[in-house]
Amino acid sequence: MPPDTVMQTVNLTDSPDRTFTNRITEESGQNLSLCYQCGNCTASCPYSFGFDIPVSQIMRLLQTGQKEPVLTSSSIWLCASCTSCTTRCPNNIDVAKVMDVLRHEARRQGFAKERRVKAFFDSFLDSVRRHGRVFEMGLMVNYIRKTGRFWTDLELGPKMLPKGKLAFKPHQIQGKEAIARIFERFEKEGF
Amino acid sequence: MTKHAYAYYPGCSGQGTSMEYERSTRAVCEALGIQLDEIPDWSCCGSTPAHAFDHTLSAALSGRNLGLAAKQGHDCVLTPCPSCLTNLKTAGKHISGDENFRDKVNRLLDEPLGTIPETKSVLQVLFEDLGPDWISEKVKRPLTGLKVVTYYGCILTRPPGLMEFDSEENPISMDMLMRAAGAEVLPYPLKTECCGASHGVARKDLVMRLSGRLLDMADSLGAQAVVTACPLCQMNLDLRQSQVNSANSAHYKLPIFYYTQLLGWAFGLPDASLGLDKLCVDPGPALRSIAANEDAA
Ligand code: SF4
Ligand code: SF4
Repeated sequence: MPPDTVMQTVNLTDSPDRTFTNRITEESGQNLSLCYQCGNCTASCPYSFGFDIPVSQIMRLLQTGQKEPVLTSSSIWLCASCTSCTTRCPNNIDVAKVMDVLRHEARRQGFAKERRVKAFFDSFLDSVRRHGRVFEMGLMVNYIRKTGRFWTDLELGPKMLPKGKLAFKPHQIQGKEAIARIFERFEKEGF
Repeated sequence: MTKHAYAYYPGCSGQGTSMEYERSTRAVCEALGIQLDEIPDWSCCGSTPAHAFDHTLSAALSGRNLGLAAKQGHDCVLTPCPSCLTNLKTAGKHISGDENFRDKVNRLLDEPLGTIPETKSVLQVLFEDLGPDWISEKVKRPLTGLKVVTYYGCILTRPPGLMEFDSEENPISMDMLMRAAGAEVLPYPLKTECCGASHGVARKDLVMRLSGRLLDMADSLGAQAVVTACPLCQMNLDLRQSQVNSANSAHYKLPIFYYTQLLGWAFGLPDASLGLDKLCVDPGPALRSIAANEDAA
């Protein structure tokens, strides 16, 4: 077994935070207590090699109310929502949805271990909010601004530009305002 | 044959990085008598960033489009993009099945939602409603001898309870369509493995490893091309193939086709309608080998 897939033991030293467990249960609509640690999700997860906490251990930490380690993990940001875990969980837990809800919660509490992943998501949503549709070129400029990272994909430009695949201007749609209103109402409602 | 008409949701990437998918989808559907009525003034579904941010917001972004499609008078929306499909389906299901959630979503929208149309991928309609036999009848220029692997990506058929299409572990719809078009489809064990998805920008290392594995397997099986149905998969494997090559000291030269491009080619549709010139890895040698096989036959 390559070293990066060796199982670690789950550290349960933090005192359990029941409200955390309940909140994630409620928001995801998943019965977390059904998880019996079979490890199918971890075995199926294509990102296990890069996760700091394997997905089945995230489930265990949730059951035992270990808020900090879960919300400060890289794993919840690296999860690509591929739904392998959901597809293969013998207890029909929508594990991918749980990971989604953990990102929501991490955001609310100000945690984002993988800052660049969050910055990419944010840039994407900014683009939707501003233009109604994603404007890829603008998204990348925004991402560079947020991360201070000059686009490491620069070499891809010469591949895309001659093919006319990168628009220099956003597509204008009437729904632009409608979308901006969705975001505004969302902020006001605060749910 | 009666004309089938659907609401059509192209998705944002169809206007940019996957314009050849968009173009060839329209061309193939037209050739098959499927009428695609583009949803007027459709907007972005929010993709993964939206559902990773908030489920109500995400459902509202998709919901607006479902509402516009219903207004158009359609009860079914087609989209070529698996990521859009997942978002539209998740939103539709959740809104229809949960009054509370519907109210929350409606509070974000200009107009409250009525009946929610169902959503399908274009692939699902080609496979289920038309079927491989009908496809093969349309073939004028069979893909004789072209060895391909079909790559579905992780979310086109999964999770099965949501997508309700094909098999979650070993999908065959694209295989059947490619065979109907005359191609040789090799068994490919990584059909539904993740390519690295949208991490190409923020964590390129992850994509290099995952997409590298997909290309390596396809190459070692002797495939001449990979066939996809997902803009993100196609981009990671095609546009990023040179990055994968340098990251893994490899030398793959595998063209990554959208299945609609190869179907259109087999139907004899004009090159310009298939966007073959938009692919980064040159598809020329693969296509020329088909012609050579035909001459030999
Ligand atoms: S959805 Fe996330 S956690 Fe689940 S298998 Fe995919 S990457 Fe891993
Ligand atoms: S597959 Fe399901 S039951 Fe098994 S460890 Fe993962 S979440 Fe728990």
